[in-house]
Amino acid sequence: MPQAVITASKLTKKYKDFAAVDGISFEVAPGESFGLLGPNGAGKSTTMRMVGAVSTRTSGTLSILGLDPNLHGPEIRSQLGVVPQQDNLDMELRVRDNLIVYGRYFGMPAKVVGKRADELLEFAQLSDRAKSKVDDLSGGMKRRLTIARALVNDPRILLLDEPTTGLDPQARHILWDRLFRLKEQGTTLVLTTHYMDEAEQLCDRLVVVDKGAIMAEGSPSSLIKQYSTREVVELRFGSDRNASVAKQLEGIGDRLEVLPDRILIYTDNGEAELVKITEMGLMPITSLVRRSSLEDVFLRLTGRSLIE
Amino acid sequence: MTFSTSTGSASDERDAIIAAGVKPRRYGSWYVAEHRIRAMRAYLQTLIATGIGSPFLYLFGLGVGLASLVQQSVGDAQGHQVGYLAFVAPALLASAAVTVAAEECTYPMLMGFKWNPIFFGMNAAPISGNQIVNGMIIGVFVRMFPTVVVYYVFMLLFGSVPSSLGILDILVATFTGLSVGLAIMAYTSTITEDKGQMAIIQRFIIVPMFLFSGTFFPLSTLPIFLQWIGWISPLWHGAELGRVFSYGEVEPIWVTVLHVLYPLALGLWAWKSTQRTVTKRLNR
Ligand SMILES: Nc1ncnc2c1ncn2[C@@H]1O[C@H](COP(=O)(O)OP(=O)(O)OP(=O)(O)O)[C@@H](O)[C@H]1O
Ligand SMILES: [Mg+2]
Repeated sequence: MPQAVITASKLTKKYKDFAAVDGISFEVAPGESFGLLGPNGAGKSTTMRMVGAVSTRTSGTLSILGLDPNLHGPEIRSQLGVVPQQDNLDMELRVRDNLIVYGRYFGMPAKVVGKRADELLEFAQLSDRAKSKVDDLSGGMKRRLTIARALVNDPRILLLDEPTTGLDPQARHILWDRLFRLKEQGTTLVLTTHYMDEAEQLCDRLVVVDKGAIMAEGSPSSLIKQYSTREVVELRFGSDRNASVAKQLEGIGDRLEVLPDRILIYTDNGEAELVKITEMGLMPITSLVRRSSLEDVFLRLTGRSLIE
Repeated sequence: MTFSTSTGSASDERDAIIAAGVKPRRYGSWYVAEHRIRAMRAYLQTLIATGIGSPFLYLFGLGVGLASLVQQSVGDAQGHQVGYLAFVAPALLASAAVTVAAEECTYPMLMGFKWNPIFFGMNAAPISGNQIVNGMIIGVFVRMFPTVVVYYVFMLLFGSVPSSLGILDILVATFTGLSVGLAIMAYTSTITEDKGQMAIIQRFIIVPMFLFSGTFFPLSTLPIFLQWIGWISPLWHGAELGRVFSYGEVEPIWVTVLHVLYPLALGLWAWKSTQRTVTKRLNR
């Protein structure tokens, strides 16, 4: 691996006695697309703020582009693009002006920043909204503007905290497409999400975090291979029957997971298991065979669903 | 569009990153001020209208209206007499600056953390909490100074500045406004939840300050148990210092020195305190 752009070791953030981030260690290589996948309250945003050199760590070591954020906050931040979980665009300014003032924060000359703003509006498909009020933009447009703003300084590392939460599927796909392009151009991406499809789409490598700790690390496919089977059979017998039927299903598949609304059977051959179940005379209301996903990895690791 | 890919040796790269921090570290406060000024442009017309309208209304109302009722001229301890308009004008000027400060140091401060949380955005760029505070203050100054100058021009037109030293009142008023503004900012920067504190500041601090700072009548005419409000109010100090310059009000030299030192000390303390608060709140 070439020299890592981010190195965190036993990184910890405590609020009073509560450890929001509890000794996590990871590295991110240049050009890599790295994800933090975890449920609400896992400590994703807190980690992102420390990596973003705005939140002081309680203990551990952290190095961004070879510098310590405790000593070189402004220098590190001059190299980052940050898309926070909550948009913080200036509602008092128009769309293009938001990019202009932001570019100035990096010391960019007014002329350069104007040209850059126009390029970025193009990139974010917002050229025709340049003079709009920020408030009049849709959620997806605001998010795109926030990403455009984060790119104004041509960052080496782009930090994205839940870039698509709250967006409809179409808006998400537009955003993913923009992020893919950045990735192709070699920008290092660090993103958090609690959508497994997003993690699968965008991340070369990810860590699964829960309660401030890393539960597993790897590429999406290697995590699935390591922690789940190839396929999953999902059965619904009705919420009152799931538990009792589960007892009869023992021995079928590699592993069984009983959730309140359904039963999951982990196996490498879903159809074959389904035939067995039908032969046993069990009649599920619905049945479905699908490929394993990161959701299953998370369930396996924590015993909980990713999205509550 | 181009995006950087790393080239060169590690130490070259390190030097480049350190260099990229130089301008933001040096000029960050000005970038924040620039941002504020851009935001003010959206309501520039209102600013111009009130900047011209209010001195005219006040001076006309007081000069032509009230002054004709207040026939008596106002005297100082040494028995020097001065016309009523000349007496109120320096205080009105300082009040105008304080009004601007009261506006610009309350809502923008609350908004920046909460309703329109741009401070977090600035801080995610290379800007520090201290620079955000400095930039906000420069922004207040940029709005206040022209307002005060216009006011002063009206004072001249209404013939309410007997001495040519009166021009210094522009600085005195600006300085007073900043002192009050900073004190307000030191408080508003700590507000995490809006429970109507803005209205409380307005009603229980700003308004009493206007009423009891010797603006419309000498502080000495107030009952002694209300005079302390004047003594702790930078507005009173500003108004008195303004009178010293504009018509040569006579007072003991130590009192004049106090008119400078007290608002200065308050402003400096409030400035540092605001910086501390903002820096702490940004570091979540
Ligand atoms: N400033 C703070 N003060 C006190 N506790 C905090 C603070 N910020 C975060 N926490 C707590 O730390 C934990 C982790 O929060 P964090 O926002 O990092 O989670 P997250 O993984 O980003 O969750 P979400 O998916 O909801 O955004 C939570 O329990 C949260 O309540
Ligand atoms: Mg979060």
